[in-house]
Amino acid sequence: MTDEHFLDVKDLRIHFPTDDGLVKSVDGLSFHLERGKTLGIVGESGSGKSVTSLGILGLHKGGHAKISGEIWLDGEELVSASLDHVRSLRGKKMAMIFQDPLSSMHPYYSVGDQIVEAYRVHNKVTKQVARKHAIDMLDRVGIPQPERRFDSYPHEFSGGMRQRAMIAMALVNNPDLLIADEPTTALDVTVQAQILDLMRDLQRDFNAALIIITHDLGVVAELSDDILVMYGGKAIEYGTGADIFERPEHPYTWGLLGSMPRLDREPTERLLPIKGSPPSLINVPSGCAFHPRCAFEPRTHGKGKSEVPELIESEGGHLVRCHLTRDERRAIWETEIKPNLEATL
Amino acid sequence: MVTYIIRRLIAAVLMLVIVSIATFSIFFVIPRAAGVTASDFANRYVGVKGATAETVKATAEKLGFYDPLVVQYGRWVKGIVAGSEFDTGVDVEHCPAPCFGYSFITKQPVWPDLLDRLPVTLSLAVGASVIWLVTGVATGVLSALRRGSIFDRGAMTVALAGVSLPIFFTGIVSLVFFSYKFGITAPGGSYTPITENPAEWAYDLILPWITLAFLLSAAYARLTRAGMLETMSEDYIRTARAKGLREPRVIVKHGLRAALTPIVTIFGLDLGLLLGGAILTETTFSLNGIGKYGVHAIAVGDLPQILGVTTVATFFVVFANLAVDLLYAVVDPRVRLG
Amino acid sequence: MKMRSALVVSAAGAVLALGLSACGGGTTTNNSGGGGGGGSEAPAAQPTYNAGLEAVVNPSTKKGGTMHMAISEDWDSVDPGDTYYGLSWNLLRIYCRPLTTYNPAPGNKGNEVVPDLAQSLGEHSADFKTWTYKLRPGVKYEDGTAVTSKDVKYAVLRQLDKTTFVNGPTYFNDWLDLPKDFKTVYKTPDVNTDQAIETPDDSTIIFHLNKGYGGFDNFAALPATCPVPQAKDTGIKYREHVVATGPYMFDKVQTGKQYTLKRNPNWDKATDPIRLALPDAYQIDLGVEANDLDNRLIAGDLDVDLAGSGVQTAQIATVQGDPNLKARADNPTVARTWYMSILNDNPPLDNVDCRKAIIDGADRVGLQTAYGGPVAGDIADGLMPPMIGGWKKLGLYPTATGDIEKAKADLQKCGQPNGFETIITFRSDRPKEQAAAESLQQSLAKVGIKLTLKGFPTSEYFSSYAGKPAYTKANKIGIATNGWGADWSDGFGFMSQIVDSRVIREAGNYNLSVKSPEIDGLIDQAFAESDTAKRDAIWGQIDQKVMEGAYVLPEVWSKGLLVRGKDVTNTFINNAYQMYDYLNMGKTS
Repeated sequence: MTDEHFLDVKDLRIHFPTDDGLVKSVDGLSFHLERGKTLGIVGESGSGKSVTSLGILGLHKGGHAKISGEIWLDGEELVSASLDHVRSLRGKKMAMIFQDPLSSMHPYYSVGDQIVEAYRVHNKVTKQVARKHAIDMLDRVGIPQPERRFDSYPHEFSGGMRQRAMIAMALVNNPDLLIADEPTTALDVTVQAQILDLMRDLQRDFNAALIIITHDLGVVAELSDDILVMYGGKAIEYGTGADIFERPEHPYTWGLLGSMPRLDREPTERLLPIKGSPPSLINVPSGCAFHPRCAFEPRTHGKGKSEVPELIESEGGHLVRCHLTRDERRAIWETEIKPNLEATL
Repeated sequence: MVTYIIRRLIAAVLMLVIVSIATFSIFFVIPRAAGVTASDFANRYVGVKGATAETVKATAEKLGFYDPLVVQYGRWVKGIVAGSEFDTGVDVEHCPAPCFGYSFITKQPVWPDLLDRLPVTLSLAVGASVIWLVTGVATGVLSALRRGSIFDRGAMTVALAGVSLPIFFTGIVSLVFFSYKFGITAPGGSYTPITENPAEWAYDLILPWITLAFLLSAAYARLTRAGMLETMSEDYIRTARAKGLREPRVIVKHGLRAALTPIVTIFGLDLGLLLGGAILTETTFSLNGIGKYGVHAIAVGDLPQILGVTTVATFFVVFANLAVDLLYAVVDPRVRLG
Repeated sequence: MKMRSALVVSAAGAVLALGLSACGGGTTTNNSGGGGGGGSEAPAAQPTYNAGLEAVVNPSTKKGGTMHMAISEDWDSVDPGDTYYGLSWNLLRIYCRPLTTYNPAPGNKGNEVVPDLAQSLGEHSADFKTWTYKLRPGVKYEDGTAVTSKDVKYAVLRQLDKTTFVNGPTYFNDWLDLPKDFKTVYKTPDVNTDQAIETPDDSTIIFHLNKGYGGFDNFAALPATCPVPQAKDTGIKYREHVVATGPYMFDKVQTGKQYTLKRNPNWDKATDPIRLALPDAYQIDLGVEANDLDNRLIAGDLDVDLAGSGVQTAQIATVQGDPNLKARADNPTVARTWYMSILNDNPPLDNVDCRKAIIDGADRVGLQTAYGGPVAGDIADGLMPPMIGGWKKLGLYPTATGDIEKAKADLQKCGQPNGFETIITFRSDRPKEQAAAESLQQSLAKVGIKLTLKGFPTSEYFSSYAGKPAYTKANKIGIATNGWGADWSDGFGFMSQIVDSRVIREAGNYNLSVKSPEIDGLIDQAFAESDTAKRDAIWGQIDQKVMEGAYVLPEVWSKGLLVRGKDVTNTFINNAYQMYDYLNMGKTS
């Protein structure tokens, strides 16, 4: 089949029953990704982006979560697959880099041992072989004196080194799909750039599909082929990097662009923040989930409060979930948002 | 590391000195303040139906009660370091160092008594600790993984009972049922040295082990459960799962490993205390260990025996503390001793 | 002129009787049946409640088995020269043979002294100051050497050293005509002691007393007369290697833990008419938890509770409630009185009527309840318990539940019409004594006597507090909880240490309150009296004087609820020890 994607997520829903009600963390999410390509998933905390990544890895399976929809990875459907089968793919076919490498690595085992463990889960090799492989990986991710650092513990590494080690651990089995959850959030600005460069290089070398999950559009600006903007468990805008950065159509995306930190800007400067706070996932606002925070809601003639907008193709695969018409959105971007953004630069 | 250990050992010796001085003081100073004289002390170590003034005086002299306390204490310390002499009436016996003196009552040297009682306490403590550690930790882990389940609630109720029920109750009741009614366990007072017959040793001690372990494993189950609930929500557990590790390995190698650290600490201290004498268990099961020896010594006011037991108990507690600290550095690589 | 005690004939008869009932007319060898409980055995006594008081329960001559004994604490020593516990005096006869001992028979026969190492009871001079015993020929130590009268002399003399042997009684110290320059056998080994004990030949021993005593055969029954070979005497360490003359010898001695005994190959039945020597071995466990000990005894895992004082309070109801168990129990009265000394050193208790007010006002039923009720003891109205010769019911204080009117009249007489305040002491680790003190506090409050309770640990009670006159005087102690058991069952054995004012010392006293020249005079009369009946009568008179002087408040004459071992034969209460006689017990399996 020609339209078969390497990763194809269709109408994914991940709901958590709680004492207070059903939490719809991910609610009807669809996207796809090819080998060698990069998808950036952007949203505030609570938007469902991390739940989505853990969902792909099957880490919600067997728990309390109610999962529906389809996740196709290289021709295999994972939502309906057995727990043990998904587990066997984890770390091998798909791997993950976590946000805080200090808390994400086990404090009682050496960095090298943790990489060796990741390798030996999926490869029946001796410890010596695995060790050598792990040292190669540490070298590959740019850790100096990897032989010596192999036996160091996570707390003995600097933040950047830890993240490099984490990346080495994720890549040790040469995965086809790599998910990086806020890979640079915990790092210094200068280190952030190094890590992003490293990931780009490695992705090219490994020819893996890469999903970068972040609240910061800046992180994905240069890396991503496609960008998915999530809000309240749903995609609200989905398109190529050019779509999102050059002709964004959703008011929320505009807000994200306005609050984007830049390397060339003083970090103390206040950006354009989005007013209000992310929506409750239990008592989701009526109509458009974003409407309480949306400056343009009055222009929807009440639809914003009453109707849930559909994700509609704007142009050439660029999808937007908004009650405003395409022309209204483009007009607002060109006349009201873009000049403002440029003025602050 | 070496200097750390040396420093700790010096502190341990100091602690032993302090405890022995305290024991000495409690024994002599407080009663003396209440007007108890040297011959009153001696009166406790003569016949059950009293003795003549000469006998009392001679006893007080023999036991050195007329000497100043400092001299008496010095004599005790000297006995440990250099040995001492004991008048049997017929001749004078030498008690080689370390000589903890002779019992005021049985006239036996204390040190061989302690060496004789130690294996019993050791057997009891080690056997019980294996059982309580395994059952307590296993119960705690299962409870944590099935939080809110019937197993969890049942186990925690039993654990509460285990913590609350005194050992002389559970011990006597279990003896009546398992030993005397069904005859499947050994009667009270049974003990065979492991060197003589390991199977007999285990058979004789299984009931005291279980009784003691029941009490302690309850606490360990609760502790493990709380620890596991905490560690299993840690980020590194998610990492372990993301690696594709099977769940048992995630639980044991990643979850339990971290949850065990506080348990190791408490375990070391508990074991140290028990080695100083599992008083209630030994008394209930009539096991001739350090604890029962100590209780009897206190009841009859046998100072050399009391001092011997407190010294041994202090040694084990101090040693256990040191062992825990060293072990902590091994268990948690983030801890460095300095 | 020397006389033979008339007791010998009746004692010999008693031994014969036991032999007959035990053997069922057969010989002293094994039963032919062997299995035990066969129809061929003589049905001496059905195992019913209190059967062991008057008869031998489960008579048998079956040999073999290990007699498993246990005790919850420990006793002073197994050295016959250094022990003062009744259980010890009872037990030690399985490994050593004193000159005389108490008849191993139930009922009153148990109070009779019979010859053991000696061929017969003592022959005495007319003034009762010289007592002569002849040893049985052929008696040997466990190592095969022959026992001589010199060994008995040495044994008696060595234990006079109360610096080394602090535990035993001092009767020989007090009564032997010892030379002035004799200190101890260890310090003055060369002093000639023939003026106290003579051994004209290897089988004869002659005791010379400093004053006459008609009951000297009781002294000869003291463990101190068990022979000790001088070469094997290791002083205070002898307790680790007691050399046996009885049918059993020590196998393993683990002080404070366990003793095991095995057959003594050099004991010859032909030299010993009173011992059956049935079990092959003895195992004696020390420090067994008291409740567990009862449970094991009931279950049959243990044969004998060595302490012989009965089951714990917790088990009394169990034993009484279960008919099968009750049939295995005996409830003997023991020669022990629980009482309260009324100290007359400080006013107003220096007045006899104020003391009487305490006795009259006391609810002695309440006190009995405190000690465990009727099973634990009968309400006492005198100091001397009923099984002691010369006992009579005094009836001086007839109202057991407390006579408030009479007590108030007493107070009026002593000039304290509104009552007074005083302090009562008790042993704080003995709940029964505390309960008794509380009960007295309540009943005396009704007549206006206000008591303050003060408890002390047992180990220091007599040495530092209640038994130390300087303390009781200074601290205005008015009443001290007390208790006393007989050394042996006669007036002298029970009373001499607790009513003679001349035994009161600086500390460690048991006589806390009886200080009467009249009583002291009566005691001297009793010592001098050779006729048993007359002597007993004097002790009875002394008991009356004690109560007339209101020196003590008697609480209960103690009783124990003893359980017979499940597989134990020849079980009966010996009145001399008021517990099961340990000499001839056997095992059915």
